[in-house]
Amino acid sequence: MASIAGFGAYLPARVVTNADLAAHLECTPDWILEVSGIEERRYAAPDEDVAAMGVAAARDCLDRAQCPAADIRLLIVSSASSAQRFPGPAAAVAAQLGLGETPAIDIPVASAGSLFGLALASHLAASSGPVLVVAAEKMSGAVSLQPDQRNTAILFGDGAGACLVREAPGLLRIAGRELGSDGTFAADLRLPLSGPLEMNGRSVIMQATRKMPRAILAVLERSGVSPSSVQTFLMHQANQNLMDRVARAVGAPTGRFYSNIRRYGNTSSASMLIAAAEWATQARLDPGAFVCFAAFGAGFHWGALLAVAE
Amino acid sequence: MTNQDRIAQILKAVSQNPDLPGPAESLFDNGYLDSFALPELVAALEKEFGMKIPDSDLNPRKFETIEKIEQYVGARK
Repeated sequence: MASIAGFGAYLPARVVTNADLAAHLECTPDWILEVSGIEERRYAAPDEDVAAMGVAAARDCLDRAQCPAADIRLLIVSSASSAQRFPGPAAAVAAQLGLGETPAIDIPVASAGSLFGLALASHLAASSGPVLVVAAEKMSGAVSLQPDQRNTAILFGDGAGACLVREAPGLLRIAGRELGSDGTFAADLRLPLSGPLEMNGRSVIMQATRKMPRAILAVLERSGVSPSSVQTFLMHQANQNLMDRVARAVGAPTGRFYSNIRRYGNTSSASMLIAAAEWATQARLDPGAFVCFAAFGAGFHWGALLAVAE
Repeated sequence: MTNQDRIAQILKAVSQNPDLPGPAESLFDNGYLDSFALPELVAALEKEFGMKIPDSDLNPRKFETIEKIEQYVGARK
C-alpha cells in the first residue's frame, strides 16, 4: 500500500487571542478556554485566500519530502471555505505550484476532507503516481463576530496543511482506512452560501463522540492492533474536550492524542495535517510504530486511517 | 421504580447540576446537561434499559426533557 512521504503546514501571521474575541462576543477569555481548550488562533490577511495558504503548505511539504513539484501526478485540495462556488481552489493551487496540466480535484467536505483526501490518495498513488494532498481553510470568513454567534466564532481559525502520498517507502505506510458518511443530520453543521456557519453543537458532539471512536476501533481491529499499542493519534482538532472524550472511548491515554488546538483553534480540514506536520518535526518513530488519523465533520463525514512507521 | 425515576437517577449521575429538573423542564436551557454530558446520558440510558439507540435517533430534541426521554424509552421497549 502507499506511503506518506512527508507533511507540510502554513499558518497565517496574525494571532487572534481569546481576549481579542471576548471584546466582540460579550464573554470572557476564560470561558472560551474552558469550553474549547483554545487560547488563540490565526486569521489570514484580507488578501490571503485559501489557494495562497494551500500553496505555502504544499511547498513546505514538498521541501520536507525533497520532492520536486514536477513529480506530482495528482493534486487533491480539501477546502470548504473557498470564496467562490466554483472553481474550487485546486486548479489555482496547481497553477501556483507550476504543475502544468496535472489533474487537480477539489474535496469540499469541510473537517473530514483531508482524511478523505488522504484515503483517496492511498488508493490512487499506485495508478497515478505521487499524489499531493492539500487542505486549506479560511474559517475566519465563515463566522460572525456577533454575541449571538459566540459558540461558533470562538472555535475557528485559518491555516493549511499538506501531505505527499506515493508508492515508494516513506515516513508512514498506510495500512488501513475506515470512512463513513451519513446525511441524516446534514443541516446540523453547514455553511450556507450567504453565511455565517451554522452549527447544532449538541448534535455534532453526540454523533462525533460515537462515530469517531467506532471508526478508530474498526480500522485498528481489522489490522489486529490494540488502541494501547498506537503511539500517536492525529485527529482533526475540533475541540479539546471532544478529543479527550474520543481518547477515553477508544481506551487510549489522552496524552497520545497530539493536540495543538490551544494555539490554532479549529482550522476545519486543515487541522489534521497541520497537527501532523508539527508532530512530524518532533516525533521519534521506531519502525513498526502505529499512527492513527481520525476526523469528523459536516455532512456528516468521518473516518480513521491507520499508518505504520517505515 | 418507574421509568421516570430511573431516568432521573441517570440524570443525577451525569449532570453537573445537583438539583433535579421537573419532568417537562428543558435539560439544555437550564444547565442540567451540556453538550458533552448528553452523550453520557445516552450511553447510560442504553445500559440501564438494555437497548441500543441507533445514531439516527440521536436528535437532541428527543432527549430534551425527562418526559421526552421517558416517551422515547417507552416506545423503544
